[in-house]
Amino acid sequence: MDAIKTSGLSKRYKDLTAVAPLDLTVRQGELFSLLGVNGAGKTTLIKMLSCLTRPTAGDAELLGHSIVSDAAGVKQVIGVSPQETAVAPNLTVKENLELMCGAHGFSHQKRSDKIAELSQQFALMPILKKKAGKLSGGWQRRLSIAMALISEPQVLFLDEPTLGLDVLARSDLWDVIRSLKGKITIILTTHYMEEAEALSDRVGIMKSGTLLALGTVAELKARAGTDNFEQAFVTIVKGVGT
Amino acid sequence: MRLWTFSVRTAREILRDPLNLCFGLGFPLVLIVLLSAIQANIPVSLFEIQNLAPGITVFGLAFMSLFAATLAAKDRESALLQRLYTTPLTPSDFIFGYCLPLIPIAVGQGVICYAAAIALGLPVTVHIVYAVLFLLPAALSFIALGLLFGSILSVKQVGGVCGALLTNLTAWLSGVWFDLDLVGGTFRKIADALPFVHAVELERAVLRGSYGDIFPHLYWVLGYLSAAMIFAVLLFLRQMKRQ
Repeated sequence: MDAIKTSGLSKRYKDLTAVAPLDLTVRQGELFSLLGVNGAGKTTLIKMLSCLTRPTAGDAELLGHSIVSDAAGVKQVIGVSPQETAVAPNLTVKENLELMCGAHGFSHQKRSDKIAELSQQFALMPILKKKAGKLSGGWQRRLSIAMALISEPQVLFLDEPTLGLDVLARSDLWDVIRSLKGKITIILTTHYMEEAEALSDRVGIMKSGTLLALGTVAELKARAGTDNFEQAFVTIVKGVGT
Repeated sequence: MRLWTFSVRTAREILRDPLNLCFGLGFPLVLIVLLSAIQANIPVSLFEIQNLAPGITVFGLAFMSLFAATLAAKDRESALLQRLYTTPLTPSDFIFGYCLPLIPIAVGQGVICYAAAIALGLPVTVHIVYAVLFLLPAALSFIALGLLFGSILSVKQVGGVCGALLTNLTAWLSGVWFDLDLVGGTFRKIADALPFVHAVELERAVLRGSYGDIFPHLYWVLGYLSAAMIFAVLLFLRQMKRQ
């Protein structure tokens, strides 16, 4: 079954086309990366798919739920880790997780079980009582992803999850993302080519709201005629030799 | 359940910020003590404790706007709201979740102000209990204003508008610091057209036990409360849609 299927999905802001009509299918369990320079339309696309922004035209189905007519259904199957570190700074790590459990209406028992499970999975145990605002960038991102996973989503959106992190923190987060691969569908946006190359099953390259290329890393390299993925990205975005 | 969760989070964020406690609770207390000390040395009827306490209590409510606006603006800027908009929380959960926790905080602030006033010589009567209850319309108005500004302004702008402008308007146009008739003219007309002086006069009337004198001040406060609440809800929903 397809996790995501868009049909003519687009977004316009007055004269600006943020996302041109897009037909895209993402399979269940796939890790799909969206690449593009700033303003390419990646975040707008994620916002539409997570029901934060209404499309101007077209529709998308997430596991059979339409983002236009069944936003409540979509919200039951997705988790979102936004671009900015979206944590409540004066709440402890545990209270942040509790906030998300409460937002999803979990029972007291399920709340405890879920927090224990995610604390274990993300190695949050030693910092459960620390205020989120006092954590390093890497730990805040880790918490942010854990919060997105509280609802046991089948589709997880990670919008530039490693932005601004040092090499070690990024490597740690890659391990976390790898541990989720295959279990749930992940849509990842990133500016880091090596991140997309290391983690993705397939990659979509966007420019000015349009999906320029779609395929595995190997396919995109072959298309651009290079062994270097970053060079392949530049070639495709600049429209050289494609 | 969902509303409760969001409300608890709002209360925690506000009460755990030491600056909020300093300004929200400490500043009005300092003012009561300071102005009472002035009154003790240079008697001014305006600063007699039965006049001063209601005024400072209403003035303290201006900080509820600052609390609500700062939190809502921070949530927007940090994308926490964006994250929560992808959960089953509804618009009413958010609006009530921001407003409801501030009501007990406002009441608590009022109780502390009146307790300080009692320590400074305010006679203990049942009217003090009613005075705390009659703070609610003004408290809700300030809370709604906070949600309104927090929906449209950045954190920095909120500091200027709610932290400086609104508190100064409340101070200057409420008749707490000086008798508005001393200035008179257009200044008095502007003050009368705004809710601040009416909230203070309403509170003073209740504390005196002159319940007939709460009108028309109560109407003014309720009118502004309705307007502030309607605009706050509309602007919050608008920013929600824009996410």
